[in-house]
Amino acid sequence: MRQNRGWGGKGLLASALALCPWLAWAEYATNFQTPQSPIARQIYDLHMIILYICVAICVVVFGVLFYSLYAHRKSRGVKAAQFHESLTVEVIWTIIPFIILVLMAIPATKTILDMKDTSRPDMTIKVTGYQWKWHYEYINEEIGFFSTLKTTLAEIENRAQKQERYLLDVDNPLVVPVGKKVRVLLTANDVIHAWFVPALGVKQSTIPGFIRDTWFLAEKEGIYRGQCAELCGKDHAYMPIVVKVVSNTEYTAWIADQRKKLAAQQDDPNKVFAKEELITRGEKVYTANCAACHQANGKGGNGIPALDGSPVVRGAKAEQQTVLLKGRNGKMPAWAQLSNADLAAVMTYTRNSWGNSTGEVIQPKEFQEHRKTLGL
Amino acid sequence: MSAVSDLHHDDHHHDQPKGLTRWLTTTNHKDIGSMYLIFSFLMFLVGGVMALTIRAELFQPGLQFVKPEFFNQMTTLHGLIMVFGAIMPAAVGFANWMIPMLIGASDMAFARMNNWSFWLLVAGASLLVMSLFMPGGAPAAGWTFYPPLSVQGGMGVDFMILSVHILGISSIMGSINIIVTVLNMRAPGMTLMKMPMFCWTWLITAYLLIAVLPVLAGCVTMLLMDRHFGTSFFNAAGGGDPVMFQHIFWFFGHPEVYIIILPAFGIISQVLPVFSRKPLFGYHSMVYATGGIASMSFMVWAHHMFDTGMPAIGQLYFMYATMLIAVPTGVKVFNWLATMWRGAITFETPMLFAIGFLILFTLGGFTGLILSVAAVDIQLHDTYYVVAHFHYVMVAGALFSFFSGAYYWLPKWTGRMYSETLGKVHFWASMIFFNLTFFVQHFLGLAGMPRRIPDYPLQFADFNMISSIGAFGFGLSQLIFVWVVIRCLQGKGKAAPASPWESAETLEWTVPSPAPHHTFEVAPIVK
Amino acid sequence: MAKVQASPSSYYVPGPSYWPIQGSLALFLFALGSVTSMNDYPWGKFVMFAGLALIFHMMWGWFSEVIRESLDGKYSKRIDISFRWSMAWFIFSEVMFFAAFFGSLLYVRWITLPALSTFDQHAFQNLWGAFGGVWPSAGPIGSERFAPMEAWGLPALNTLILMVSGLTLTWAHWGIVQGKKTRTVVGLALTVALGATFLYCQATEYMHAYSHMNLKLTSGIYGSLFYIMTGFHGLHVTIGAIFLLVMLVRAMKNHFTPQHHFAFEAAAWYWHFVDVVWILLFIVVYVL
Ligand code: HEA
Ligand code: HEA
Ligand code: HEC
Ligand code: CUA
Ligand SMILES: [Cu+2]
Repeated sequence: MRQNRGWGGKGLLASALALCPWLAWAEYATNFQTPQSPIARQIYDLHMIILYICVAICVVVFGVLFYSLYAHRKSRGVKAAQFHESLTVEVIWTIIPFIILVLMAIPATKTILDMKDTSRPDMTIKVTGYQWKWHYEYINEEIGFFSTLKTTLAEIENRAQKQERYLLDVDNPLVVPVGKKVRVLLTANDVIHAWFVPALGVKQSTIPGFIRDTWFLAEKEGIYRGQCAELCGKDHAYMPIVVKVVSNTEYTAWIADQRKKLAAQQDDPNKVFAKEELITRGEKVYTANCAACHQANGKGGNGIPALDGSPVVRGAKAEQQTVLLKGRNGKMPAWAQLSNADLAAVMTYTRNSWGNSTGEVIQPKEFQEHRKTLGL
Repeated sequence: MSAVSDLHHDDHHHDQPKGLTRWLTTTNHKDIGSMYLIFSFLMFLVGGVMALTIRAELFQPGLQFVKPEFFNQMTTLHGLIMVFGAIMPAAVGFANWMIPMLIGASDMAFARMNNWSFWLLVAGASLLVMSLFMPGGAPAAGWTFYPPLSVQGGMGVDFMILSVHILGISSIMGSINIIVTVLNMRAPGMTLMKMPMFCWTWLITAYLLIAVLPVLAGCVTMLLMDRHFGTSFFNAAGGGDPVMFQHIFWFFGHPEVYIIILPAFGIISQVLPVFSRKPLFGYHSMVYATGGIASMSFMVWAHHMFDTGMPAIGQLYFMYATMLIAVPTGVKVFNWLATMWRGAITFETPMLFAIGFLILFTLGGFTGLILSVAAVDIQLHDTYYVVAHFHYVMVAGALFSFFSGAYYWLPKWTGRMYSETLGKVHFWASMIFFNLTFFVQHFLGLAGMPRRIPDYPLQFADFNMISSIGAFGFGLSQLIFVWVVIRCLQGKGKAAPASPWESAETLEWTVPSPAPHHTFEVAPIVK
Repeated sequence: MAKVQASPSSYYVPGPSYWPIQGSLALFLFALGSVTSMNDYPWGKFVMFAGLALIFHMMWGWFSEVIRESLDGKYSKRIDISFRWSMAWFIFSEVMFFAAFFGSLLYVRWITLPALSTFDQHAFQNLWGAFGGVWPSAGPIGSERFAPMEAWGLPALNTLILMVSGLTLTWAHWGIVQGKKTRTVVGLALTVALGATFLYCQATEYMHAYSHMNLKLTSGIYGSLFYIMTGFHGLHVTIGAIFLLVMLVRAMKNHFTPQHHFAFEAAAWYWHFVDVVWILLFIVVYVL
């Protein structure tokens, strides 16, 4: 009889285990992404240890529960016992979990200390979160650029076939050398975002006005992808992070290349552009930076003013320049980080698009001067 | 003495107002309890429809039904409405109906104020729902409304802030009422240590509420000032700090999650012994464990903020403290198991939900424990793993236990036995669809899917589809419950005897079913 | 466990009442009105004042009813205990409300300002130039200069005023206990007057701060915390003073007996609470 009861309990357990999804759905991603950095690996292992301990406790707890449900049901004709107290068992089931927790805490402590140790990096990158893109700055290399989503609106709105890397592709990925300890400084321009690359084991919120830091070391060349992990407004789903890990030589070459590109982009501040030139360039700047809020058609909406027909855009130049350089009311971001040429271009574009046709042309020099008057 | 009770008689048996007036002006704890329960269930449906909007949008990658900004509003309102409009008021509804009857009191200590608590809840919840129709829409910064994002939002955010103020006042008054009732209105002989467990868990919950809701009020007040009066509490440029908001919010927020679960624990502690036909095991240690959970809950808040970049020492402290909460919670789980052990168990619907609670809450507790390990949380924070965790503890935890309690006390409330068949179907459908919806979210979170997104990369598609199917199934299953309750209210089904459960021993089963409008006007003497 | 037996109960349960629903409607209108007026709807303030008026009317009516019930002798000893418990818990909730602001102030001083002004911890980069983060601070961008509030002028006087008012209040209490009405009335009147003086000084201080010290609500984190903390305290002094004023009137009408005067005690507890908060404020906001 007793034997039988025991088997009943175990049988239930066995079938519960057989149903366990980990075994049945091996081909699906049911665990962390394959770790590609020492910290990610430590976290992976730590999680496995804790998970196994939890599963083991579950087996015991649910084993007892199901056994009791089976064996102590009234329909089997049992009579209820009436015991309801025992100091001994209370003490036991207070102390044993406590010990288990201490055992879990030991490896956890080690991982945390390693994770927080950002000392002696090989290089440093500053990451700034924007609504809704990332800006990367290589601290000692004087290189900086924005990184925005590459997926098209048509794919998002189901008007085109979704690419394999749907929502996970950007125009300019972050490029880092393999096997180097990269320290990441993080801040934000507007609201809180979080820089999250699962395979590298980093996640850190970016807090406007404050700098936080974290680090990673990529062990293998490859491309690692993640997404912004803190709600940051409407396009929170659309600001992925792509880290391209390359060999040291490739990295050096890439840096040189970037420098050249930047130099080429550095326009002569006194250069005078033609109106058409400014408008074409302005449209690009607008699509990359402004359309997210003011919409491609300049109509705004949802608390965002329309630029089409806006008195500021149609009015005095100085006022619009100030709005662009300083932002307004904490809702319209400041765009001082754009080059004078870009600003001139986008302003010219807004003044000569949709229903606006002031015919005015703004030259980079005007922004250079306006920056001075604003003390920027 | 008799003079006094005569006087007392005059006062509340004079003509009972009829119709709407009765509900607007009532001071009867049963009326108010019913209003709380019904209102909270309506809010559950509203919040549930929002959840279904979320799940419909997430059925497939790409944007199908709603715009991202509306999606964020749905997520935010779903969280706020479920927490403040559904789960918390439901618990207060149980308290109103049951605490006076469980301790043999004639009513709540402050019957008029009790009515005010309820109608303030309606006022606050209306403001919250109204925010949807304001220019700029409802708040969209998540139920945690972190600045600066919440400073950017439109007028809807102000509606939410004022609504939180009013809901806070309502809950504080409700809690004072409950504490005073429990401390001062017990029948002779009903010592604190003889009191049913539900009264204990509510006593401690009410204490938590009074301690943390004012902090939340201060927090939203500062947010309002930042939005409209040019202060810089959460703005670095003026020397403030957005992370400070998070500290204040979670100082409220973490105790809040125990505010949600402790009354649920109380209900489970009433139900399990009855259907195991055995007294609750370890009553004293249950009381101490509840107290332990409550006091520890003030010391762990920053486990929601591991990724904000606190120093290692902070992470370590908050990790250790959080892990420790598993100990008193474990004591509760083990005591429940011991209660069932060698009992004579039957499986009526309340018991089924209680067992479902026990299993799924424990699972949710374990995922909480995994999250509490700061290093692992760095990977899991703000992913669907967290969403899975808290739905296990809040839906399969709190909500299931409320279903358990509702089935258990429906005969007392309505005087009718509910349909056992329908009840069982409700349970099994809920159990299956719940796990279909939320179990797969663990996998999504582990693989790195962030929460609060209307659209996701293709690798997450399969599990999201399963989850959405589950959600619709779960939602439909709740209609069974609506049907069961309506049948009881219509007077269909078997008439319930005073005590339909064979080994129920608490005081409410000594009065007829349905419970008369006034009970224990003459206090029972408990031996 | 339990067996029902007869035992007389004497807990007064009030009958149906319209006050709560009026109070809810009032707060709803008040909230709606304040939100809309903050967002520049011209009609908002009318709704807000309508709400306020309803609130005051409700309080007047509800409290009158309670006083009537009390004078009718409906409140037994047990109810008296209920009132005591509830007042104590209410004050506890107020303590926690202020705790949020005290916590914020300490957080800003200990954590935020150092983080905003550290250079080295995060090498290379400092977002805010030479910002020193010295308290009192208006933050890195709060460029306008202001003078912080000096502790040993009016604020110190105010501390004294509130402490003395605590004494006069206790004196008034003895009056009730010993059945000496004049003493009660004089004591209460003095307390209310001291409270009013405190508020007057506080208002003067605010005006001075705005006109001469350039210290405004918008003066960064210092201004924000200074005004929100002293402002909410001032609001509580106002409420407390009104509460005491009502007690004064009731004392004159002989509502209190040496045994039965919890309303007075509640007001006194509240006043002492406001007093203690001020002393903490004085130390944390002004002195330190
Ligand atoms: C009812 C509500 C409820 C309850 C009871 C809990 C219980 C717990 N929660 Fe959870 N939690 C939430 C609601 C709740 N939580 C919500 C709403 C959020 C998200 C908020 C948001 O961001 O929107 C959240 C988020 C959350 C986080 C942050 C995740 C993140 O955002 O990164 C963490 C991290 O530590 C955490 C931990 C825990 C722990 C350790 C418990 C423990 O109390 C659990 C203890 C229970 C057990 C452990 C099981 C039973 C014990 C035994 C059988 C004994 C033996 C066990 C051992 C020896 C291990 N929770
Ligand atoms: C106790 C509180 C509670 C409860 C009960 C629920 C219940 C549910 N929750 Fe929710 N949830 C939260 C608290 C709660 N949730 C919180 C706090 C958040 C975080 C918010 C934030 O990030 O800010 C959240 C977030 C959240 C998310 C993540 C959103 C995101 O990150 O963007 C999801 C996604 O699946 C979800 C789903 C569900 C579902 C499917 C249910 C279901 O259980 C609901 C079932 C009920 C119904 C469906 C209604 C009843 C049925 C009808 C009205 C009939 C009609 C039905 C049909 C036609 C099918 N919830
Ligand atoms: C994050 C969203 C966002 C982005 C991106 C953005 N804006 Fe704005 N913009 C706003 C908001 C919000 C306002 C209104 C600010 C206010 O309330 O004062 C605004 C106001 C303006 C105005 C003043 C309009 C008026 O009628 O008052 C101009 C001009 C403007 N933006 C131009 C731009 C340009 C050019 C860009 C890109 C380089 C841009 N904006 C990018 C949100 C944005
Ligand atoms: Cu940026 Cu989310
Ligand atoms: Cu928590």
